[in-house]
Amino acid sequence: MAVADQTSPKPLASPKKKQYQGLQREQSKWGWIFISPWVIGFLVFTLLPVIATLVFSFTNYNPVQPDNTQFIGVQNYLRMFQDAKVGKSLQVTITYALLAMPISFIFGLLLASLVNSVFLIGQHYFRTLYYMTSMIPVVAAGVIWAGVANTQTGWINLALEAIGIKGPDWLNSVVWIYPLLVMIGLWGLGNLMLTMLAGMQGVPNEIYEASMIDGANGLQRYWNITLPLITPVIFYNLTLMLIGIFKYFDMAYVLKNGTGEPNDATLFYALNFYKNSFEYNLMGYGSALAWGLFIIVLVLTALLFWSQSRWVYYAGEGRG
Amino acid sequence: MASIASNPKSTANQREILNKVFITSIALFVLLFFMAPLGYMFTTAIKSDSQMSDPDAPPWWPHSPDTFTYQGEELPLLEVPLEDGTRELAIVNKTRTESTFIDPQNPEAGEIQWEGNWRTLTPVYSPDAQWQNFRTAWEELNVPLLLRNTLIIAVFGTIGAVGSSVFVAYGFARFNFRGKNVLFMILIASIILPIQATLIPTFILFSRIGWTNTFLPLIVPHYFANAYNVFLLRQYFLQIPRELDEAAMIDGANPLRTLISVIIPQSVPALTAVSLFHFFFAWNDFFAPLVYLVARPELWPLSVGLQKFNALYGRQPNLIQTGALITLVIPVVIFFVAQRVFMQGIVFTGVEK
Repeated sequence: MAVADQTSPKPLASPKKKQYQGLQREQSKWGWIFISPWVIGFLVFTLLPVIATLVFSFTNYNPVQPDNTQFIGVQNYLRMFQDAKVGKSLQVTITYALLAMPISFIFGLLLASLVNSVFLIGQHYFRTLYYMTSMIPVVAAGVIWAGVANTQTGWINLALEAIGIKGPDWLNSVVWIYPLLVMIGLWGLGNLMLTMLAGMQGVPNEIYEASMIDGANGLQRYWNITLPLITPVIFYNLTLMLIGIFKYFDMAYVLKNGTGEPNDATLFYALNFYKNSFEYNLMGYGSALAWGLFIIVLVLTALLFWSQSRWVYYAGEGRG
Repeated sequence: MASIASNPKSTANQREILNKVFITSIALFVLLFFMAPLGYMFTTAIKSDSQMSDPDAPPWWPHSPDTFTYQGEELPLLEVPLEDGTRELAIVNKTRTESTFIDPQNPEAGEIQWEGNWRTLTPVYSPDAQWQNFRTAWEELNVPLLLRNTLIIAVFGTIGAVGSSVFVAYGFARFNFRGKNVLFMILIASIILPIQATLIPTFILFSRIGWTNTFLPLIVPHYFANAYNVFLLRQYFLQIPRELDEAAMIDGANPLRTLISVIIPQSVPALTAVSLFHFFFAWNDFFAPLVYLVARPELWPLSVGLQKFNALYGRQPNLIQTGALITLVIPVVIFFVAQRVFMQGIVFTGVEK
């Protein structure tokens, strides 16, 4: 550490100490100057708005008639619990999460293992090409997949037809829309793949060598060494994905033009928030929905961090 | 020479080759699935309008029905089953019970009679790419305008995001002050905050000061640094030896001077990665432009423009795919050019703790 212990004052203010204090003041001054953009931004665009959202959530604020704003207590929150659309949006979001998270993780892990394999010819090209689909802007991806999944000319059903299966109407079925969304999600696994790959490459070779001497086969090594050692990366990605699903909006909006169709099957929580706040102009109620979202995300993150000690392995733990 | 199979070394070699073939085939197979939607996009983008609405047309590839010009008239070609096998003939006269045809190979031979309903016959198609779809989509989507808007938002946002994050990261990496660790924790924790939790008051603020329906809400907030960029840059700055700063300080450089003359030149890869992150983020962003610009089509970026075009022109799937191709080509090309630096940046943010 560059800064010495501050809690042990010397009896006399020696010139050296004065100089040291001056240096420290300089350090502090420049430090604050440099981080000030973030501090200001955090106050203006994060902290105050979060608090303001809480305040708004106790009002009936409507941007069309801002003068009629009144404090209505916890009515917005009571309404949330009775609103069938809120229940539906939670159901949609959770359904998607339960389907998308395991599949995405298994697929991402397989992709990472594949591009990590010593037997893969042209590793680097495969990494780049697999990552490339993550660069496709979400609206373009939505438009493309809506085409691929259509029942007339879409390639999914044409391919199914070629092997004798009549494909479903993916975009208009309350059941098949979810597998479609999960498939689309596979296009965005680039970051997951790359970070897992880096985790795998970080596993020290000696551990593998030692296990080979012990007679472990490939699968055992994968299960007992690779997976436990990349749990920190899995944890990082799991956290981001879970938060991402509760913010899931763009793809649902693009595929069904923000209608939530079919039969509210794409009415994700964030879409319901958007419709209330910006289509129906119920910004007071929208603020309550936003706080609901914030609390859900906080609780889920807290749960994940709490569960961490049970399954995430940090190599540096012993060092303290 | 001993037989090859009994030589243990060459069996190992053979196994390795087999493994390579096996793994690489799997990878190619997966790649096929990844790329197939792009194949759909590309082939649909160059299909004709009539093919899109023609249920008989071959679905996979751009095709047009063939015609034959006979006596100044364009006649459609149909597959006609005759006694001597199926022939491709141009239809001259059609009725429900019998039709007359002409053989395009040999028009002088005269008309051929065929009994049956001509509607049951399949038209003859041949591959035909409609390259002018790009021009049509370019004009109908008003791509120059959308592109200009997207570039303004992306470029000015990137300047702010990178500039401010460099400052903040430098502050966190090189200076000691009270509360630094707590502030850094808050910065990192802000990653989990959903944008919805701040959106309504921010929207009201921007609308009070007249910023809604302008680019400002999409640009200005990025001039106050963000957690991902600061995190990546700080990690990078920490790796630069302090001796370099100290040497500059001894030469009389103040911290700002040191940042510009020592730190920044040492951090080109990290700065490139962060710039790309924001540029792609801005190019991709759909939610914020939708919220702030929905009422002003002349300010829409590509993302909103393409979505609205899709919602409006649902009956022209070919032009929509052309629009998607136009929207994705710039980020994808930049990615291929800069992939090494970009992918290192992703790993750096994700793995370093």
